Amino acid sequence: MTEITPGRSYGFFTDTSVCIGCKACEVACKEWNQLSGNEPAFGDGFDNTGNLDAQNWRHVEFIDNVPDETLGSGQGKAWLMMSDVCKHCQHASCMEVCPTGAIIRTEFDTVYIQPDVCNGCRDCIAACPYDVIEMEESKGVVQKCTMCYDRLQSNLEPACAKACPTESIQFGPVDELREMAQQRVDDLQAQGVTQARLYGDDDSIYGGLNAFFLLMDEPEAYKLPDKEEAVLPRRNNTGGYLGALGTAILGVVGGLIALRRRREPGIASAQDDGSEGDVRH
Amino acid sequence: MFGTELDHFVRSPDWTWYILGYFFFAGISGGTYVLASLLRLRGDSADEPAARLGYYVSFAALVPCPVLLILDLGRPLRFWHMMWNTTPDDTGLNFKYWSPMSVGVWALVVFGAFATIAFVEALVRDDKVRIGLARRAVRLLDGTFGRGVMVVGTAFGLFIAGYTGVLLAVSNQPVWSDTWTLGGVFLASALSGSVAALTVLSRYRRGAEASADALTLAERLYALLEAALIVLFVLTLIQTGSLDIVFGFPWLLLWLVAFAGLVPGLAGLLTARLAVTGNGIAVAVHSASAVRSVAVPTLVLLGVVSLRAAIIFSVQ
Repeated sequence: MTEITPGRSYGFFTDTSVCIGCKACEVACKEWNQLSGNEPAFGDGFDNTGNLDAQNWRHVEFIDNVPDETLGSGQGKAWLMMSDVCKHCQHASCMEVCPTGAIIRTEFDTVYIQPDVCNGCRDCIAACPYDVIEMEESKGVVQKCTMCYDRLQSNLEPACAKACPTESIQFGPVDELREMAQQRVDDLQAQGVTQARLYGDDDSIYGGLNAFFLLMDEPEAYKLPDKEEAVLPRRNNTGGYLGALGTAILGVVGGLIALRRRREPGIASAQDDGSEGDVRH
Repeated sequence: MFGTELDHFVRSPDWTWYILGYFFFAGISGGTYVLASLLRLRGDSADEPAARLGYYVSFAALVPCPVLLILDLGRPLRFWHMMWNTTPDDTGLNFKYWSPMSVGVWALVVFGAFATIAFVEALVRDDKVRIGLARRAVRLLDGTFGRGVMVVGTAFGLFIAGYTGVLLAVSNQPVWSDTWTLGGVFLASALSGSVAALTVLSRYRRGAEASADALTLAERLYALLEAALIVLFVLTLIQTGSLDIVFGFPWLLLWLVAFAGLVPGLAGLLTARLAVTGNGIAVAVHSASAVRSVAVPTLVLLGVVSLRAAIIFSVQ
């Protein structure tokens, strides 16, 4: 690992084709970041951590595609395993809506939530399209992967990448990782693994993801929005405000019509029908 | 991107009761300020008691707003971080025009000033406050300057009553981000609820009954506006395939309450139209019974809460 230099863009390349689901990344992350973790809970698979959340900044997804009858080798798709993480988007939805300025882009071009600035409004949770951020109730602030910001400042690679035994998680300068990823996907394609594809390596997904992936299926299979679905919350500002403005105009006009003095006989006053006795002064 | 069917993989932000309460009170505070100002701007002195009542209600509904917002925060004592960025080496005022939460915080502060001025003014004009300085200050609000203050305050009142819907829309949540109508729906609903609140409370304000007829008609027009926006809301959600989320059980029960709150207003419109004879002679359609002036507005207000609850909670 060469020196980690502030001002350069760093990220992860997670190659799901070599992930074996060992969860070493999850453990290393929790060890370094002192995350106590949630109570393990098994669902209908072998995944006992469930989701990325305030305690799981790395989460190995186990996506069961095993057919009921053995039909073949599975071509790497019988089990899809993916060490998921915050994508550190170039156009980050969380950062966009954050009203406090707590979410910043660091000198390593990563997205970082400042725990001493966040006030726990949770707007970022509503915005993050990857279900990454969660409220840490004990601290009253939201948490997610920091890409081991403190380690980067000490010229150390993030704990998850350090611990990954299969090198499914690669850390480095984003430009170098992209070259490496392209080579890897080209090799796989040449070997007939046609389902291999890159996700987030170019600017078509949120301007590019600093943590991008080699996937073995469609993005939707990993609960990742595709190019058309990767849209920022601010897209709805114009329509939302225009809808409200139109209503406001109609509301004021309606109010001016209704609140003028009514002289027509159609609507009698309270005094006219003799019910003013109900009125308390 | 409205109108496009999107898969959402987001987490719920757990915005619950405090936010529901804020959305309701912000709607009533902004809406009653708007109605009070419209009554005043029409320039009939007979409407002055109802206008002052509107400003009282607006201020009373405003008070819980910051309290609810602050209590909702994970770190309530850091509420001021909304306005002041404490990031080391980047301290300064926080204002992000593209973030409705950021805009809303400042709008609430500014509107709070207008609502407070109107409240104090009403107290002075009602002789509840007899301080010479206050009287002199209120005199400044006579004439064109006062009307200008009301117009600007009305604009902020409309914003406060409606931006909460835009706040929901500017996210990646299903339903909320699938429609452009939420700001309008919340604003129309806030206006309906504000008319209802004034109708109920005008029983306790001497002279406010003079505006009862006007409020009745306003209730009908705002019910129509709200109904139209709910139809648009439904149409946009049909387009994006997320209608079943917000109208499924048990949320449908809340919608039934919201619809029930619209019935009196819509029925009033229908009745009024039917009551006009071929000669153009209208028959009386208004009565000031306890049902008319208490039960119906209460139902409308319940509808305002239910509509917001259905939209906020169904997605989470």
